[in-house]
Amino acid sequence: MSAEVVLQTERIGRRHEHLYFALRNPKVAIGLAIVLALLLLGLFGPFFLSDSPNEYVGPKSEAPSGEYWFGTTYFGQDVFTQFVHGLRSSYLVGTLGGGISFVIGLAVGFTAGYRGGMVDEVLNMITNVVLVLPALAVLIVISSYLEVRGVVSQAVIIGIFSWPWVARAVRAQTFTLANRDYVDLARLTGKRSWQIIVREIMPNMASYLLMSMILLFGGAILFAAMLDFIGLGPANAVSLGTMMQQSMAWSSLHLGMWWWFVPPGLAITLIVGALYITNVGLDEVFNPKLREM
Amino acid sequence: MGRYFRRKLLIYGLTFVIAVSINFAVPRLMPGDPVARMLTRNSVANVESSEAMRGYFNELFGLDVPLWQQYFNYWGALFRGDLGVSVFAFPSPVATVVADALPYTLALLLPSILLSWFVGNALGAMAARNKLLDNGALPIGYVLTAVPYMWLAILLAWVGGIILGWFPVAGGYSFALTPAFTWTFIVDLVHHWFLPFLSLFVVALGGWAIGMRNLVIYELESDYSNYLQALGAPNRLVRRYAFRNAVLPQITGLALQLGVVVGGALVTEVVFAYPGLGSLLLNAISSQDFFLLQGILLFIVIGVLVFNFLADVVYVLVDPRTRLGLEGGQS
Repeated sequence: MSAEVVLQTERIGRRHEHLYFALRNPKVAIGLAIVLALLLLGLFGPFFLSDSPNEYVGPKSEAPSGEYWFGTTYFGQDVFTQFVHGLRSSYLVGTLGGGISFVIGLAVGFTAGYRGGMVDEVLNMITNVVLVLPALAVLIVISSYLEVRGVVSQAVIIGIFSWPWVARAVRAQTFTLANRDYVDLARLTGKRSWQIIVREIMPNMASYLLMSMILLFGGAILFAAMLDFIGLGPANAVSLGTMMQQSMAWSSLHLGMWWWFVPPGLAITLIVGALYITNVGLDEVFNPKLREM
Repeated sequence: MGRYFRRKLLIYGLTFVIAVSINFAVPRLMPGDPVARMLTRNSVANVESSEAMRGYFNELFGLDVPLWQQYFNYWGALFRGDLGVSVFAFPSPVATVVADALPYTLALLLPSILLSWFVGNALGAMAARNKLLDNGALPIGYVLTAVPYMWLAILLAWVGGIILGWFPVAGGYSFALTPAFTWTFIVDLVHHWFLPFLSLFVVALGGWAIGMRNLVIYELESDYSNYLQALGAPNRLVRRYAFRNAVLPQITGLALQLGVVVGGALVTEVVFAYPGLGSLLLNAISSQDFFLLQGILLFIVIGVLVFNFLADVVYVLVDPRTRLGLEGGQS
């Protein structure tokens, strides 16, 4: 019984250690601060602003001012309102699309790595095929056929095509972990396969999984922005990509309306860049070798 | 080596089959009747002419035979080089329309991919274990990899084209000129080509630099580097060995990144209205030209597969372990 207690406290101690280093790592702190600040803006901003971002509220093509923080569009829509709504849909696409691809990648990777043999051959083949397939081109063809394009359907098709690299990495890691002694021991106790995977193998690559989740999130946001920009964005919502598409379509470049196309791109760059930097910081947290003391 | 290539070719063959099957299946699997949708799009009110059009489309898609036969017919047409007729550029066949746009995309893609790979790798190798360069290069690299392709293209067009006025912001060449093999035309072509190229080059640069930096650091920590250093080998020699080992994963990475870069090229072309596949794609979408859309996808898939295969060949040439059938080349 006492051994169990010691184990328990050790585990808590380890967790606190990671948290301790994570909060003191400037990269993690800065990255998370940017991501969270924009998330809060996207989540709560729409409550204070107009519900319909496409409403014609002000004078046309006005530069940023005290009243219209990011100026107005060619049609007199408030760019800031659109921006805040766009942030919301970007985060939604990132969470949903990244989440779906994460789940698929994990399922395929664990199954292939743990089962091995024929199952692995087939799954590995599928993974490699999807990996080579130029995702954006396929996404364009599929979404151009969709009758009703929404943020959710976009996230789903992005998720279906962006999992393979996670599956590959998870498979490789599972291969090495599946032959460890403690996994054999767990197998001897008669645990089910999925229990062993979840309880014994997954915790040992938790840091890696967290980081790949972050990368998938950022990747889904970039993919969605590209689709939106080509004109395959959600029909009923405003996103950062459709803002850029609109600004290009109504020649904001030639009219010098920089306030229309700079904020959406900048927001995507900030979100994704901050995620990458958080990732580097997390790498330092989980891998003591990389810590700068 | 034989096994390595057999595996690779099997994967590429399967990918091609799946890409074609996606092309075949998507219009047929989507909810609703594609023919009915096309009819509503054309908004034909007259019942008689609507029936005539329905018959025409049914025949065009070959929808009046069973599904498996449609599938084989689809493949048959494909091997005859028949990708259908473009609606947007009626009555040109899709294959010609795509082939006309292809040189522009290739002229953008190949130099930007290769150059960014070389320059990025060189920069990354220099930045590794170099405090001063590292602190400057790393944040810039991360920002660059996070930039959406089209946004950087827009910014470059705005700064270089509108504010400074140095470069044109739209088209592949001036409308005043007719394509000809003359000096003025070539200069004009390069003038229009530069900004889209620069945009693609810059975005890809960061990723390569970061990847190379991490790989070189990893190699410098390995036993052979420490051993060489202990022997008193000059720093440059150790770094050279580290670099040669670190290049290998980057070659694989080049093949894997290709899909993303092609996507980037598509949106960059849209920004600059560059007459390549990207602009064609935009036209195909806005005019609901599905044959053209599928033709473009097919060309992109073939291009990516060919390039992947080339990367595999280069990998074998560079890494002797794959040639001897040892570890190294992963399928």
